[in-house]
Amino acid sequence: MTTQALRQGPSVIGDDTRRLFALAWTLATTDFKLRFYGSALGYAWTLVRPFALFGVLWVVFAEILALGGNVKNYPAYILLSMTFFQFFRAIVDNGLVCLVARENLLRKIRFPRLVIPMAVTLGALFELGLTLVAVTIFLFGSGIWPTWGWLELIPIAILLTMLGSGLGLLLSVMYVRFRDMAPIWDVAAQMLFYATPVIYVATAVPERWRPWTLLNPVAAAVTQLRHAVIDPGAPTAAAVIGSGERLLVPLAIVLGAFALGVWAFSREAPKVAENL
Amino acid sequence: MPATLTPNSTDRVGHIARAVPAIELRGVSKTFKLPHQRYSTLKERALHPLRTRTFEELQAVKDVTLTIDPGEFFGIVGRNGSGKSTLLKCLAGIYRHDTGTVDVRGRLSPFIELGVGFNAELTARENVLINAVMLGLTRREARARFDEIIAFAGLEEFIDLPLKNYSSGMSVRLAFSVAVQVDADILLVDEVLAVGDASFQQKCFEQFEELKRQGRTIVLVTHDMSAVERFCHRAMLIERGDVLEVGAPHVIARKYNELNFGRLVHTRTEEGRYGDHAIAEILDAWFEGEGGARISEQAQGEPVTVCMEVAFHAPIEDPIFAFNVINEPRHTVFATATDWREGPTGSFAAGERVTVRVRFENWLAPMRYTVTPSVARAGGGSDALDLREDLAALMVHGTRVTGGIADVPHSYSFERA
Repeated sequence: MTTQALRQGPSVIGDDTRRLFALAWTLATTDFKLRFYGSALGYAWTLVRPFALFGVLWVVFAEILALGGNVKNYPAYILLSMTFFQFFRAIVDNGLVCLVARENLLRKIRFPRLVIPMAVTLGALFELGLTLVAVTIFLFGSGIWPTWGWLELIPIAILLTMLGSGLGLLLSVMYVRFRDMAPIWDVAAQMLFYATPVIYVATAVPERWRPWTLLNPVAAAVTQLRHAVIDPGAPTAAAVIGSGERLLVPLAIVLGAFALGVWAFSREAPKVAENL
Repeated sequence: MPATLTPNSTDRVGHIARAVPAIELRGVSKTFKLPHQRYSTLKERALHPLRTRTFEELQAVKDVTLTIDPGEFFGIVGRNGSGKSTLLKCLAGIYRHDTGTVDVRGRLSPFIELGVGFNAELTARENVLINAVMLGLTRREARARFDEIIAFAGLEEFIDLPLKNYSSGMSVRLAFSVAVQVDADILLVDEVLAVGDASFQQKCFEQFEELKRQGRTIVLVTHDMSAVERFCHRAMLIERGDVLEVGAPHVIARKYNELNFGRLVHTRTEEGRYGDHAIAEILDAWFEGEGGARISEQAQGEPVTVCMEVAFHAPIEDPIFAFNVINEPRHTVFATATDWREGPTGSFAAGERVTVRVRFENWLAPMRYTVTPSVARAGGGSDALDLREDLAALMVHGTRVTGGIADVPHSYSFERA
């Protein structure tokens, strides 16, 4: 029992980090459970979806259009880069609507506002983890075996998480005010998909455009993944963009997006219950 | 119902120094900016960049200063849109108040509605664990108290049933038992009594009694004056964001009723008037208390006098004066006329005025009543000179529990065989 008076007001992070994580974890696991609730395949759907999409992309681009004929392990590359692109998109897609979707909780319960976007990121990480297990099996089947380079998956996943979360945080508070953000992001995400070497490889881009495409942090991430996981013979992101220093640009974009998202969210989130 | 909820429930109050308030609000205000037209797309904003600047300021809560003591059951009442829920949300830390401070001592329940975040698809077991974490327990605590929560709700047989198969009464029992298990010293409750059937409400009442016995501080927002009078130690009336009064529950309940119904008094127009009122004209009607003062409300059981003032424009012999007292469902609960009781009333000259009074024991059940006075020519009473429907109103306040439309004096006797 405390006799210390606590000043009341909505908070972004709260004063209890354990509660913050417990809440985010609870929301994320519940959501994950509910997403496939009552479906026959259950969690298997998390795998069916990316693999089905991969199958389509592979048939259309590798087999019919015969792109990447000389790319080593091209199907494996499509699968892996697509998994990471979808992971990034899931964070932003779900982050965008998260505050509006949780209106009921926001207006009726006091809890740190950051819990809601955190739960979104956690949920996307669960899904990435599950998908990567299946992707790894596919890689083994394609004759790709683990190397030390695979450890690069971790920093790359962290950077993509930061980029996605930053954008998600920013868009979530903007979406409360402007419902246009949903179609805007939808179009932008489509463009980003084709601007990112997912169905092609970065080295297939004409040489003079190559450094420019890698200013896109997602493009830099999947290009580095190709070198680290799929084919050590493929150029690193630094090689494609021209130099290691140039990689600071996409890195700055990641950090900038994250900082901007955090700033916008901490500014707007305490007022969000009123504005919903 | 289990007698003990938490081991230390009885000495809970003892821990808190009486002098230190549990909740302290100082000069709390909250303003909402309401755009005249809500623009939520970029196109609208782009097309009308200037118009979005015009918005209305709605001051939902104005400069509220208030202290609530530990162990107090405090009611906040007010009409729709009076700002009571906004105030509760400021208290709960859901809204950010613009000015002033809100200080809370003790663990405050973070929710203002029961069962928020319940998911109909999930089982009671999953919902309880999730809800307990949302309301402030750790996951371990939630698991440890799970059995206690289910036992308290009395739902042991149904723990693995999805919540969608629960009745509303069952869900509220579940919600309540989670809520009381979160160990909050201060509970904020918004309008729980507005929903649900009678048994559901009864369950709520029982739970309130239990919480009250445990000495928890409870802030209840409601429209239900009987709940306020039954549970609250003190209550507050809020209207358009202003605190009108803080005081004893029955005083506040009365003020609230006055606010709701008092305005209706003396607002009748020519509509509902019968007779040409060329010979006799009813000028006014009103109710009086024992002292002879005009009243618009009276406590149940206190005698009432109903009055009318009549002016005569032409001489007339033995006019009949009558009163009909009508309740809210439009039943005449009491009627009287001079020709039934008094006999001939005598002759009245042009220009004369008379005030007719009828005193009666107030057996009326708590409700709002109106009176229809009438003056008629001698005879059957059907030839109305003037009749004015619902000319005056009286609010009868409850002082005890009653059932029917009238509270007839009665006594009990028991004769054992």
